[in-house]
Amino acid sequence: MDFKDETTLSRRTFVKGSLAGLALAGAAGSAALYGCTPAEEKEQSGEGAPAEEADQIVWSQCVVNCGGACALRWHTKDGKLLYAETDNTGDAEKLQVRACLRGRSLRRWVNSPDRLMHPMKRSGKRGEGMFEQISWDEALDEIASKLTETIEKYGNEAVYINYGSGVGSVTSRVFPRLMNLMGGYLKYYYDYSTNMMQAGMPYTFGEDWTDGGSKFSSSMSEAKNSDLIVLFGNSPAETRMGGANIVYDYTQVRESGPRIISVDYRLNESSSGQVDEWVPIRPGTDAALVNAIAHEFIVNDQVDKEFLDTYCIGYDEDTMPESAKGQNKSYKDYIMGTGYDMTEKTPEWAAPITQIPADRIRSLASDIANAKAPFIAQGWGPQRHSNGENTSRAICMIPMLIGQIGLPGTNTGSREANPDGIVGGMPKGDNPVKTSINCYQWLNAVDHGEKMTAAKDGVRGTDKLKTGIKFIWNYAGNTITNQHGDINKVHEILQDETKCEFIVVIDTVLTDSARYADILLPDAMRAEQPHMAGNGYAEYYDGVILGAQAQEAPGEAMREYDIVSNLAEKLGKKDEFTEGKTQEEWIEELYKKAADADGNMPSWEEMQEQGIFKRELNPVIGLKDFRDDPESNPLETPSGKLEIYSESLAEAAMQMELEEDEIVTPIPVFDPGFQGYGSVTDEYPLYCSSFHFKGRTHSSYGGVDELKQVCRQQMWINPADAESRNIENGDMCAVTSPAGTIRIEARVTPRIIPGTVGIPQGAWHDADMTGDRIDNGGCINTLTTYRPSPLAKGNGVHSIIVQVAKA
Amino acid sequence: MTQYGFYFDSSRCTGCKTCEMACKDYKDLSQTVAFRKVYDYEGGTWTAADDGSYTTDAYAYHVSLACNHCDMPACMGACPSGAIDKDQKTGIVRIHDDKCTASGACVEACPYNVPILDTEKGYAVKCDLCYDRVTNGQNPICVEACPLRALEFGEIEDLRAKYGDTAAIAPMPSPDETQPNIAIKACDAAKEPGDSTGSIANEMEVTGTPAA
Repeated sequence: MDFKDETTLSRRTFVKGSLAGLALAGAAGSAALYGCTPAEEKEQSGEGAPAEEADQIVWSQCVVNCGGACALRWHTKDGKLLYAETDNTGDAEKLQVRACLRGRSLRRWVNSPDRLMHPMKRSGKRGEGMFEQISWDEALDEIASKLTETIEKYGNEAVYINYGSGVGSVTSRVFPRLMNLMGGYLKYYYDYSTNMMQAGMPYTFGEDWTDGGSKFSSSMSEAKNSDLIVLFGNSPAETRMGGANIVYDYTQVRESGPRIISVDYRLNESSSGQVDEWVPIRPGTDAALVNAIAHEFIVNDQVDKEFLDTYCIGYDEDTMPESAKGQNKSYKDYIMGTGYDMTEKTPEWAAPITQIPADRIRSLASDIANAKAPFIAQGWGPQRHSNGENTSRAICMIPMLIGQIGLPGTNTGSREANPDGIVGGMPKGDNPVKTSINCYQWLNAVDHGEKMTAAKDGVRGTDKLKTGIKFIWNYAGNTITNQHGDINKVHEILQDETKCEFIVVIDTVLTDSARYADILLPDAMRAEQPHMAGNGYAEYYDGVILGAQAQEAPGEAMREYDIVSNLAEKLGKKDEFTEGKTQEEWIEELYKKAADADGNMPSWEEMQEQGIFKRELNPVIGLKDFRDDPESNPLETPSGKLEIYSESLAEAAMQMELEEDEIVTPIPVFDPGFQGYGSVTDEYPLYCSSFHFKGRTHSSYGGVDELKQVCRQQMWINPADAESRNIENGDMCAVTSPAGTIRIEARVTPRIIPGTVGIPQGAWHDADMTGDRIDNGGCINTLTTYRPSPLAKGNGVHSIIVQVAKA
Repeated sequence: MTQYGFYFDSSRCTGCKTCEMACKDYKDLSQTVAFRKVYDYEGGTWTAADDGSYTTDAYAYHVSLACNHCDMPACMGACPSGAIDKDQKTGIVRIHDDKCTASGACVEACPYNVPILDTEKGYAVKCDLCYDRVTNGQNPICVEACPLRALEFGEIEDLRAKYGDTAAIAPMPSPDETQPNIAIKACDAAKEPGDSTGSIANEMEVTGTPAA
């Protein structure tokens, strides 16, 4: 080696904006910029030392609800976690279930000093976070007696199991099983992820749309046969992140050649590194863009009339149902301005709404019409608006109008296909209570449940609720406050202990929702117990991971299965609940059951040895069977066809009691919606939306400092909006909506459309709820207003108006 | 002599930072210390039209960088106590903490923002290309971590033969100075070193400014 020049190396040139600039930045000198962590933290961390040799490698899994279910291989020594590896079996270029940055940071959560260690009972007001330690026996006794009392006094409909998705495992989420043995509970329908589309899409695609699976969508892998991919609010690099997730399929698809266009209010990470791929759009206005594209298809004679006449209902007068004939109620009438609002949906009409130039809309329409196999797919962001029921259906109009459905390389406009899954969970039993509410309606049901009706509030199974919710189970979920909506309103309603009388929270750390618990129980994590789960719904393969205990749970933290078993014993239901089986025995039984049904899975003994089973799946084309033979494979709509005009929705709308500013339409229209386009004011002059952020899955992992460091909670704001407010990159800002105020750092970036700010969802709410209630954690749900959407009665919470100021 | 290095495919990188966090887990690094960092580089402007619509040429891409184990390591050249050497068998540049006097000279000298001075411990730390793993026939932890398979490890001659000689895109400096052992696939949006149309968008993160 020749290092004779080493001492004569010239000082590097300072290049502004380059890496070299960073080391010289800051008046305090570079030494102060780097590694300035407290000594005691360094002592604990053993910083930079080579990792110790493990004496055991244990399979486990990251089980939060990102859609993936990535593999972890814990390297342990003397029963303590050292570090994690991920799936490194098989061909690295093919199917490796590689965990993302979150899974690789899981040790920090498992070993967090903030883990809940003991059962606790609330000692302050709800939300204050004041608790006193009690014994397991006391805790379970109190829960059992309060549950029995509630059922006796108010009936089973007064007990609610809140939505939560922080843990997925075959022996997890067993509270419904216990409650079904106790006479049932008030159920919820839909979920916080896909609420509006679950309500809207079945009217077009059929009742079984809500079952998911691969019937209605193509897999991302099918897009290899496409020449043009158009994504609406769909960023696999941010929402489908693991190494076996759709983002990897997407990357391989990109490299196979198709052009990709991303319609989004942010230049998202799926378009990182690309040029000319981004069509910036004002959030919540996707349906207006679709209208103008449809207009171009029509005026340029690009509509596939034969397809529409054969496979669809309601494009034009020719296929309108009898009840709506001759009234200019067709989709074409809406687009061309001969029906409904009598406005022609030209690109010039859409430009000021969407902020997309009319010529760009024309070229987009032309590109789609001329593509041989356009693959149109929406994410779940566009539908999570106050107008999301319409938006989700509207996006599906694009492939429908040009007959590009059910053919190689195409997609239906829905999100990519889910695998069906090969292992099932513990049976939940039957719920004798047939009443259900939208998952977003629980707060109304606490506040005034006895006034809620089917027509006004979407109550199902009965005309009206008999009682409000008096008892809430909340397991591994944060949708009491953080992930619900309008945290300040939730806080107010839960202060009144005559409404909801009892809240039980079971979790691993003190989430914001856990602060509202009357009894708070410490859960063991998956690293601390035997575990099994399949692959995720965002991973297009078949798989199972069989995990083992890598480390003891801290303090008195207990496995959920054991918590519920012990509680069942107090309630005299233990034998029925456990069927005499331990958690390990349930896992073995459920594996063997799945393996028997499948026929091609490893034996139980082999599985215990190998830890992971994975099998590639062939690409699928959504609605292929229907396209091939619509007579033999009708959809589960009343007509058996794709219903652009839904007569049943028109009829349902007649029964609904809607607010004055709400509409429910039989065809997918652009409706600005509550706090949507046109709703900004002098007081709240900016639109605001949220997005899924790499540092968290919803609020899971939100307490991990190492992740907070590399994924800073920052508001994206366009330079134009920042300059007029004298805001610079990194400045602390106050964001205020009609519902509340957060404090958050600014990220001044050209990657967001002017007039809208974007805030990563899931940050942990951090406010003095007995004081100013200003949220220093930057949680988006401090800003969202509690206003269930018109049709779903769901969380259309991406529609927000705000003001931003330097704080 | 064998010279090991990294390959980085910037067209695949989504800026997810799994590489960085896998390293931090394996090396047990605390909140503000990272041996591999991901730089968000972005730029572009917006133009408003009279009808309220906009056009933009905004772009963004990421550069994931650990130590480049340079042929001419500026850190080594600057170290006043001879604590930094370049392994003859692997070309890996390492800091020997027993010899380090915490002068901070390496921190200032490195054009890649790599060494980090731990003033409490009294020495500087940085990526050692997972010396223990690679000399044991394994990949560095970051390479095995990448969900997009955008990182590769190997002999730099092989990586350059396979992927070409590009060794810098903005915001990296010109490779002339220290001759870094990295091969890069430039994404479509990538800018040349010295580019002035964009900037590093995550400066607080990569300079270790603690997040609240």
